[in-house]
Amino acid sequence: MDRTVAIAVDRLCKSYDSHTAVDHLSFQVYAGEIFGLLGPNGAGKSTTLRTLITLLHPTSGSATVLGHDTVRDADRVRALIGYVPQERAIDRFLTGREHLELLGALYHLPKEAATRRINDLLKLVELEAHADRPAKTYSGGMKRKLDIACGLLPDPKILFLDEPTLGLDVQSRLRIWDYVRMLKARGLTVVMTTNYLDEADQLCDRLAIIDQGRIKALGSPTELKVALGGDIVSLTLKEADRIGGLEAALKGQPAIKSVRTTAKGLDIRVESPEKALPVILESANRLGCSVEFIQYNRPRLDDVFIAHTGRRIQDEVQKERDE
Amino acid sequence: MKEYWQEIHALTMRWVRRLSREKFSMLFTLVQPMLFWLIFFGNLFQRAADAQVTQAPNYISFLAAGVVVMTVLNNGLAGGVDLLFDKENGFLERLMSTPIHRSSVILSRFIFVMTITSLQVLVILGVAFLFGVRPATGLAGVAVILLIGMMFGVGLTSISMAMAFSVKSHGDFFSVLGFLSLPMIFLSSALVPLAAMPGWMGFLAQFNPMTWAIDAVRPLILSGWADALPHVAMVVVVMLIFDAVCLYGGAKAFRRAMG
Repeated sequence: MDRTVAIAVDRLCKSYDSHTAVDHLSFQVYAGEIFGLLGPNGAGKSTTLRTLITLLHPTSGSATVLGHDTVRDADRVRALIGYVPQERAIDRFLTGREHLELLGALYHLPKEAATRRINDLLKLVELEAHADRPAKTYSGGMKRKLDIACGLLPDPKILFLDEPTLGLDVQSRLRIWDYVRMLKARGLTVVMTTNYLDEADQLCDRLAIIDQGRIKALGSPTELKVALGGDIVSLTLKEADRIGGLEAALKGQPAIKSVRTTAKGLDIRVESPEKALPVILESANRLGCSVEFIQYNRPRLDDVFIAHTGRRIQDEVQKERDE
Repeated sequence: MKEYWQEIHALTMRWVRRLSREKFSMLFTLVQPMLFWLIFFGNLFQRAADAQVTQAPNYISFLAAGVVVMTVLNNGLAGGVDLLFDKENGFLERLMSTPIHRSSVILSRFIFVMTITSLQVLVILGVAFLFGVRPATGLAGVAVILLIGMMFGVGLTSISMAMAFSVKSHGDFFSVLGFLSLPMIFLSSALVPLAAMPGWMGFLAQFNPMTWAIDAVRPLILSGWADALPHVAMVVVVMLIFDAVCLYGGAKAFRRAMG
């Protein structure tokens, strides 16, 4: 299918002193899709996003947004995009309406047009009743809604969201997902970063898994899962010392694609469970391994992430928090 | 050009709004300390200060010039604080992702800080007036005082903004600020004329741009045009150089932070 390219990133690199944040990144975002940049903290997602919204200059390589170079035509790009930053970029002393009025002036909207659009947006994000209260009285979810209204004020062709639901409660999160889907339905292109797998899975049409500044995998969530090839049978064994033996016995069997040891058992990638399960159980019986627990999964995005980066995203996030 | 004004106006009004909603903090952090210096310090040292040394009818009239320039100093050095917070909470990034002239944010800050500082200088001169300090050069002299204040303030605000753009954390910013401000005051002619200082302090104080500003403001208050004009001419030259250096440094820091 021939699709209109909204954003083209070509061998993008960004390094700080000796540290390379983004390393030869190339990808395209199509018009009208929700595109996700998925990866742990420090993977280079935010750096990539900030290059696209003209806030960072690439060290080498280039990016174009709707055909305009993000460095040479920065002002053109800025006029076409909306941006919702990661932090709650809210001035606590200004009211919600004043935030939007300020941005209206910065996008050079005439007064009447700005007033009309501001009222529409306040209605859209359900902040009408609170529009004239200082933002310091807002809850986290309300601030996020205001953030999104700010991002939509210029009536952008492309909206950039940096970690849109970071730190939000479940309800606010679902609400934000609804907004994003609605915006897509209105024809907007959405580019977002996230380190939540479920968010990427639920929301994104296509996503790029980024780790250490490089793209590890690119495609729709379904494609990525299918590409892993096969479903997974997870075994938990009673005796840990039998794991090695069972692994050796299963490797190379026709119905089994790959075997990986885990802390208490094995993750076995299989073509179809009907053929593989009898083989697995028969081998376990033969070797005298008592199976404590057996679980069968279609691949999750989690598995895609592990397959491409060698570790779990949650571990990374947790590690960052601990530090 | 019309767009440029729209941006600067909107951004400046944001600072004004913030201030109007932080009335207490404005009162306590900006107006009060300076008035305290003038009222308490000025009256307290009335008899301790030697009129032969200060060359002024009383200490408060001597101190007035110092307090005026101290106000400029403190406001200028704190001028970048709001941008620092904007940088830390992502608001600056939001502003920079809009199609505005990069300089609008900076200019709005200059306009705001200069306006507030001028108003405060007027309040200080007004309070001094209540204590019997009549500026010898009249209203024209007051206008020149404001001009000197603005020229000094531009450089100081640039330093502050450059720091705001360069520091890693706001803890660093406030440490440097606290470290700079008192020595700047003591190593200047704000409290004591240069001639009456210990040699080494007087030596250092003559390199302090604050000294030049005070030495021009003081005769405008105490003696008259004939005495003041040479100092005013000198301070204009000094401040032009000071501002040029600070603006250059500020622009570099800004570009590095925004590149």
